[in-house]
Amino acid sequence: MRTSECCDIVVAGVGGQGVILLSKIIGKAAVKEGSPVRAAETHGMAQRGGSVITHIRLGCKFGPLVPVRGADILLGLEPAEALRYAHYVSKGGIALVNTNPVLPSTVTTGRAKYPPLDEILAPLRRICRDVKALDATKLAANAGNPQAMNVVMLGALSKYMPLREEIVIESLRESVPAKFLAVNMRAFEVGKGEVEL
Amino acid sequence: MKEYLLGNAAIARGILEAGAGVVTSYPGTPASEIVESLAPVSKEYDLHIEWSVNEKVALEVAIGASWTGVRSAAVMKHVGLNVAADPFMTLAYTGVKGGLVVISSDDPFCHSSQNEQDSRRYAQFACIPCLDPADPQEAKDMTVYAFELSEELELPVLLRPTTRVSHARADVNVGKGKIKKSPTSHAFVKNPARWVALPAHARQRHSVLLDKQNAIKTVLKNAPWNRHLLVLKGDTGVIASGISGLYAEEAIEQLESDVSTLRIGTFPPPDDLCAEFIKHVSKVLIIEELEPVLEEYVERAARVHNPELEILGKNTGHIPRDGELDSRIARNAIADMLGLTVTMEEPQSLTEADEILPPRPPALCPGCSHRAAYYAMKQVFGTDAIFPSDIGCYTLAVDMGTIDTCLCMGASINLASGIRFGGEDRDICCSIGDSTFLHNGMPGLLNAVYNNAKITVTILDNSTTAMTGHQPHPGTGITATGDKTKSVSIEAIAKALGADFVETVDPYDLNATLETFRKAKECQEGLSVVIAKQACITNARRAGVRRKPFRVNDNCIGCGECVDFGCPAIEFHEDRARINALCTGCGVCAQICPSEAIEEVVNVK
Ligand code: SF4
Ligand code: SF4
Repeated sequence: MRTSECCDIVVAGVGGQGVILLSKIIGKAAVKEGSPVRAAETHGMAQRGGSVITHIRLGCKFGPLVPVRGADILLGLEPAEALRYAHYVSKGGIALVNTNPVLPSTVTTGRAKYPPLDEILAPLRRICRDVKALDATKLAANAGNPQAMNVVMLGALSKYMPLREEIVIESLRESVPAKFLAVNMRAFEVGKGEVEL
Repeated sequence: MKEYLLGNAAIARGILEAGAGVVTSYPGTPASEIVESLAPVSKEYDLHIEWSVNEKVALEVAIGASWTGVRSAAVMKHVGLNVAADPFMTLAYTGVKGGLVVISSDDPFCHSSQNEQDSRRYAQFACIPCLDPADPQEAKDMTVYAFELSEELELPVLLRPTTRVSHARADVNVGKGKIKKSPTSHAFVKNPARWVALPAHARQRHSVLLDKQNAIKTVLKNAPWNRHLLVLKGDTGVIASGISGLYAEEAIEQLESDVSTLRIGTFPPPDDLCAEFIKHVSKVLIIEELEPVLEEYVERAARVHNPELEILGKNTGHIPRDGELDSRIARNAIADMLGLTVTMEEPQSLTEADEILPPRPPALCPGCSHRAAYYAMKQVFGTDAIFPSDIGCYTLAVDMGTIDTCLCMGASINLASGIRFGGEDRDICCSIGDSTFLHNGMPGLLNAVYNNAKITVTILDNSTTAMTGHQPHPGTGITATGDKTKSVSIEAIAKALGADFVETVDPYDLNATLETFRKAKECQEGLSVVIAKQACITNARRAGVRRKPFRVNDNCIGCGECVDFGCPAIEFHEDRARINALCTGCGVCAQICPSEAIEEVVNVK
C-alpha cells in the first residue's frame, strides 16, 4: 500500500474530546525527529459535538489525506466513531479503541440506539489485523482526570508509532499546561502499559 | 528551521515575511485562522489587522491601503469573494500600488459552506493571476511571492488555498524568509486617471488590463510553482493543479508506472511548459478539484500543439467536478488511463457501520441561547409560519422546525420580504445572527421597512461570531487585536433603519421571550424586530462565567417535554429525564418542565 517509512494514522472521535490536540502532539514530535509529516484536521461546523476525524501521515511528503483502507493505525477515541471511520484502516493495520461511549444526542433523546460494544468491535476485528480495546476514559479518571483520555490513547499509540517515546513525551510536555502535566504523564504511562507488546 | 504549522498559520507567516502593513478579513471557515494567527504579533510588526464588517468592506479597506503604497491582503472564504466581487472586478482595471493579495479559501465538499464554487474562475473572470498552493509550505512561500508578483504587475493577485491546505498541518520551513516590518510612512498620490473609474478612464484601464495579459504570462513563465517530470518511457501524462498534484504523485508512486507529470500552481498556466508537455504525450489526464479550469486550458493548447492528444478528465468522467479529490480517486483514474486493472482494495462490506451506528450530527451546545430563542419562536408562531433563517451556529437548529431557508449571509430578511410579497399570507418570522446582521442584514432590514414588508425579524444576538471561532464584531466593543473600541448597539441600528417595533429580550427568560414574540406577532406597525440577546455560552464559559447546573428530581413524570427541547445535557433514561455533566445551567429546561421536576443544584461540589 505504501512506502515502508510512512506511517498513516487516522484519529476518530467526537468534537471536544481533544482530537486536534492529540494530533498536534504527534505532529510536533515528528518535526522534532526531523521527519516530514502531513495532517488534515476537522475545523468549523462539525466541531460542535459532531464526529471528527484527523489524518496524520508520518514520513509522508504527499497530500494530507490518508487513503481509504490505507491507515496503519486507527485510533478511536470513542467506539462508535472508530467504527464510523473503520473504512480507513488497512488490512494489515491495527485499531486502538477507547471503549467508553459518548452518547450522541440522537441517542440521548431516544431517536436512535447506541449499539452494544461487541457489535462495534466485531466488524473492526474482521477488517484489520488486530484490535486493542481499552477503557481509556476510566484509566484516565484513575490517573486523576477523565479529560486526559486522549493522552491515555497517546500512550497506547506510542507503542506502535515510529517515533521515539522520549520525543513524544517532550512534545506532550510542551503541549499541555504545566499544572496538568503530572496527570498527563500518568495517563501516558497507563495507556502505554495497557498495550505492552 | 521547521515548525509544525496549520496551513492558515503558514499563510499568516508569509504575510509577515512579505512585510504587509494592512490585513483585513471577515471570519469564514476555512480562512479564519489567518488573521487569528496574526493577532498576537501584529503590533510588533506594525501591521494593522481588522475583522471588517464584511468581505466587500475588507477588500475596499485593503485597496485603500494598497493605493498608499503599503502591502495589503484581504482574506475571506470563497463565498466571501461573491460579496467582494464588486470591488474585485474593477480593482483589476485600476490596479494596485502596494502589493495586494486577495486570499480566498475554497471548500471542496462543502465541509463548512453552502456551496463549493471555484475561486480560480474569479481570477479568470477578472483577468488577474491566481496561485493554487498544494500544501502549507507552498502556501507560505506563494504568499510572499504573490505580493511581489502583485507589485511587479500592478495587479491584485488571488491566492486560493482549499480546506485541505488551510486546515492541513505540516512541517514548514520558516527559516528562509526574514520577517520584515512594514515601512511606516505612506501617502496616497492623486491620480484620477487610475483611481477614478469614470467610463472614460475605465475604458482605458480595461485595455491596459488586456495588454497586461501577456506580461502576466511572461512573469509566470518561470514561476517555481509549475514543474514537470518527463519520463522517457510511455507517452501518457498527468497534469494536475494545486493539491491534486500531490494526490497524483502519490498515486503514480503506488502504481509504479511510467507517467510523465506536470504540476501547475499558477493560473494562467505557463504556455511553454505546457506546450512542451502536450507535445511529449499522446494521452493526458487532467486532475484538478472542482471546475475544469486547467482542462479547458489544455483543450485549447492541444488544438495548437497536439491536435491528436487524447484528453481525459472531467469531460470523460475520470475526475468528478464536485466534492474533493484524494489519492485514491487519482489512482483509479490513472490506472484507468493506463488500462491497468489494479484491484483497488475496496472497503470491505462494513454495512454494519451504516446499519447500527447512531447519527452524530453537530448540534447547538448545551445552554446555547439560540435553542431557547427558537423554542419560544416556535411556541408563538406555530408550525405553520414561515421561518427564513441565515448563516451561523443557529443553522444547526435545523431540526427544531424554525429554519426554512439558508441561502447566503444576510439573505433571511430579504427572503422573508420576498415570500411576503410573493403572496404568502401566513406569519413570517425570520432569524439572523448578530454578526450576520451587521455583515449584510442591515440593508435587508432597511429595505423591508421601506417597502412595508409585514414580517418579524429576530436578531439572535449572542455577542460574537460563534460558528467560525468566536471572533469579535462591531457590537462587541473589541477589535481583532483584542483592544477596546466603541461598541455599537444593534437595537439602535434597527431603530435607525426605520423599525418602529424593536424589543430586546433575554431568551433564557422563557416567559418574557414568549411574551415579546407574541407582541411582535400581533404588532400593528407591520414590521417587528425582536433582539434575543444572551451571550454565546461557550464564549461566556471561556471568559470564566459559571452557572449552577440543573438536575431532575422525583417530580419527573417522564413526559419528555424537556428532552424534546434538544439540549445535549438532557437524556432520556428508563422513562425519566436525566441531566448529565454537560449542563451549563441556562435554566431553560426548568421553565419548560410542566411538573417542576428540574431544579438548580444548590451545593455544587
Ligand atoms: S458556540 Fe455558542 S452560539 Fe455556537 S452553538 Fe455553542 S453556544 Fe451556541
Ligand atoms: S439547564 Fe437544562 S437546558 Fe440548560 S444546559 Fe442545563 S440541561 Fe441544558
